Amino acid sequence: MSQPDNTSRRAFLRNTFTLIPTVGLAGGVSLTAKAAEAPPNLSDYQPAFFKSDEWAFLLAACDRLIPGESEGKGPGALDTNVPIFIDRQMDSPYGHAERWYMQGPFVLDGSPDLGFQYPYTPRDVYQKGIALTQAYCQKQYGKRFEQLDAATRDQVLQALEANQVDFAALGETQKLEASEFFSSLLENTKEGYLADPIHGGNKHMASWKMLGFPGARASYRDWVDQHNVDYPLGPVSLTGERG
Amino acid sequence: MAKQQPRVDAVIVGLGWTGSIMGMELTEAGLNVLALERGADRTNEDFAYPKPADELEYGIRHTMMQKPKQAAVTIRRDLNERALPQRKLGAFLPGDGVGGAGAHWTGVLIRPTPTDLQLKSFADQAFGKGVLQDDMQIQDFGVTWDELEPHFTFFEKVCGQSGTTGNLNGEIQPGGDPFEGPRSEPYPLPALQDTQNTEMFDKAAKQLGYHPFPNPSANVSRAWTNPYGMQLGPCNYCGFCSRYGCLNYSKASPQTCILNALKQRSNFAYRTNANVTRVELAPDGKTATGVTYIDEHGEEVFQPADMVVLASYALNNVRLMLNSGIGAPYDPVARTGVVGRNYAYQIGGGIHMYFDDIEFNPFATAGATGRMFNDFSPGNFDSAQYGFIGGAKMHSSQASGTPIKTPLPKTAPKWGQGYKDALRKHYGHHMKLSMTGSVMSYRSNMLDLDPTWKDPYGMPLLRMTFDWKQNEHRLSAFMRDRLREIADVLKPDYRDESFNLEGSHFKVTSYVSTHNVGGAAMGTDPSTSAINRYLQSWDVHNVFVPGGNAFPQNFQANPTDLIGALTYWSAKKIREEYLKNPGPLMAQS
Ligand SMILES: Cc1cc2nc3c(=O)[nH]c(=O)nc-3n(C[C@H](O)[C@H](O)[C@H](O)COP(=O)(O)OP(=O)(O)OC[C@H]3O[C@@H](n4cnc5c(N)ncnc54)[C@H](O)[C@@H]3O)c2cc1C
Ligand code: SF4
Repeated sequence: MSQPDNTSRRAFLRNTFTLIPTVGLAGGVSLTAKAAEAPPNLSDYQPAFFKSDEWAFLLAACDRLIPGESEGKGPGALDTNVPIFIDRQMDSPYGHAERWYMQGPFVLDGSPDLGFQYPYTPRDVYQKGIALTQAYCQKQYGKRFEQLDAATRDQVLQALEANQVDFAALGETQKLEASEFFSSLLENTKEGYLADPIHGGNKHMASWKMLGFPGARASYRDWVDQHNVDYPLGPVSLTGERG
Repeated sequence: MAKQQPRVDAVIVGLGWTGSIMGMELTEAGLNVLALERGADRTNEDFAYPKPADELEYGIRHTMMQKPKQAAVTIRRDLNERALPQRKLGAFLPGDGVGGAGAHWTGVLIRPTPTDLQLKSFADQAFGKGVLQDDMQIQDFGVTWDELEPHFTFFEKVCGQSGTTGNLNGEIQPGGDPFEGPRSEPYPLPALQDTQNTEMFDKAAKQLGYHPFPNPSANVSRAWTNPYGMQLGPCNYCGFCSRYGCLNYSKASPQTCILNALKQRSNFAYRTNANVTRVELAPDGKTATGVTYIDEHGEEVFQPADMVVLASYALNNVRLMLNSGIGAPYDPVARTGVVGRNYAYQIGGGIHMYFDDIEFNPFATAGATGRMFNDFSPGNFDSAQYGFIGGAKMHSSQASGTPIKTPLPKTAPKWGQGYKDALRKHYGHHMKLSMTGSVMSYRSNMLDLDPTWKDPYGMPLLRMTFDWKQNEHRLSAFMRDRLREIADVLKPDYRDESFNLEGSHFKVTSYVSTHNVGGAAMGTDPSTSAINRYLQSWDVHNVFVPGGNAFPQNFQANPTDLIGALTYWSAKKIREEYLKNPGPLMAQS
């Protein structure tokens, strides 16, 4: 599989909608925000930050980090627009490391317990991390990451996670380590999967429905003393979508 | 030449908890007071529903908190390591903007014990020679329970503290903490509702002979009007509390409890986006003439004032003192100086437990929800036989159930289908047993100015030298064993634990707590404390420094009840004595 199959994914999402009953909003919760615009289809989305070859990597990686229904129960990262979330994060204060301390000197031989020290914003980490991983895949398999089969993609991700891909040997000069790139990618993937849909991922609150998290309801005075019972209401989002 | 503003009677640096309290007290005394806050203005309207219910924005991206870009801390674990800047927030999350960390704290509002305030005296009496580490430098606070008690009581009324009284004027009360110091009045409000985990913890703890009681809370359980006429609404257990602004006027904060009353006073004003870089001193160095700050346009401004209150949070207060030359900087080798001495922190640890068949509904909770017991605070058990001093509050708290932070068993796959399966299986089926432990002060745990890195205004960053020591490792091991006994009673389907045991070092990357204390300790001896027992600088008498910085070491619980009480205590002395006759409130020798 070279590209995620978006037609079947759309079909899947249609199915989820009929399978998961939508529950009306509980009395007492008033949402002031207006209803959300429908989230885009991943296949129609034009990334603002990622170039097309980077985007292909991102889709193929997210699909392995949180696979879709084809592998087992629960929506996947692509079903829930996680790559769109990551693309949008790249243009947020986070992506630009706007609030972080980015002054030199950058001392690169300290203990990892003192936190990251490379001079890179998350945007840089993605650009460099993707390019280095692609260089590794070319060297190892003579293919780009997204051209590998699922099992091989998993092997590459495992190698990144275990820091067995030597980024320095592939040309990295500021000690960005494969495991650091991997953990950013995994962290952002989970964020996109589980955050409010207002940030671009968690399409139709699919992950919240799976967990039983009621989202932005934020009002449980009547529920807090009901112990060890299933909470019956579906989630609501910050923009008033109900699930 | 810096721009100059008209003189005020008192300038307050920082408008969080301590700054708001001082603002109230000093305006009440008739002074013209100006507060300078480096961050943005924030009112209750900024926390209107549904805005705060956004885990990514507030729980993960730290949108309300100190920007390392503006004020990073460099950190090393010992005097020989090269300190490196903490480039993004991690272990602690200081506040930024009006309300400070008080706008997004959890709201566990708990007193220390009378013994905690006199820990050195207790140690001298209860521990034989050679039991404790010889590089430990614990001290008494220099203020007693009886002196502070009225101020705890008042601050707790300001906050609408909710809980169960344990000791009323020496009479032990059912359901409360039998080890608490005598209160002059009961808790203002009854305790928060129990949740599934608190019920289970309560039962197990009692079965083992402990004395559990509801976490004392500043998330109010009922409608409350405080002494300033500010009204709080009953908490609705919204589940977005710790790290979030309250969407319901229910969490005590400078916004909900003080600021609207303060802003109505004509002798109070505040400016935001005003980052104070230093306190200016008169040529003789004995008094402050005002402060210099950078305004929103990046311009340097001098603000003259007769009195300066540093209310910028423990770490920032110490940095401002060091950058301004107030008091002698601590030197851990020569063992001289006091500013930066006795920096301490809080140690955590706990057991995650997973129960396949129990629904905890962790999203339906208040920040402070939980039960704790105090059977293991100093003086309540014999820790000398285990070779450590200090204690821990043992608790099961459930501050939120937001999904990105879902804990999973250590053995669960981190990604792939297995991760998804684990999320589905364990979300909502988890409860935690925790210890929140004291941290003593040591010769080499300290704060000073970093020799290399600077902030955007050219001022040196604060450098923190801190690590866990043997005493805290031993304490953790002891408390771990006790928590394991509770877990054995509860019989979870899975459990795993994390404790800071022998050989483990301080890591700056994951959250520990925002209970940074010490560094400008209070006391009665100017050779071991930076401020006297009224929080007044020993060296520059018109500078007062309320905050966690005053603690000579940390006790086994959350600091803000004590910080608030100390601030009122200091304000009382300023109002009753200092203003009539400005000068040192305590003799130097
Ligand atoms: C997530 C979290 C949970 C917490 N939970 C609890 C809890 O449950 N119980 C508890 O007791 N404590 C808790 N705390 C700690 C509590 O918030 C602090 O103890 C308390 O806010 C300290 O009050 P303060 O006035 O010293 O500092 P703050 O309330 O933080 O106020 C300091 C203010 O000074 C400003 N400032 C700093 N430097 C400058 C400068 N140079 N110029 C101008 N302004 C400046 C800051 O922007 C800030 O607004 C928690 C903290 C956090 C972050
Ligand atoms: S849990 Fe209660 S106090 Fe905390 S933010 Fe929600 S409503 Fe406010």
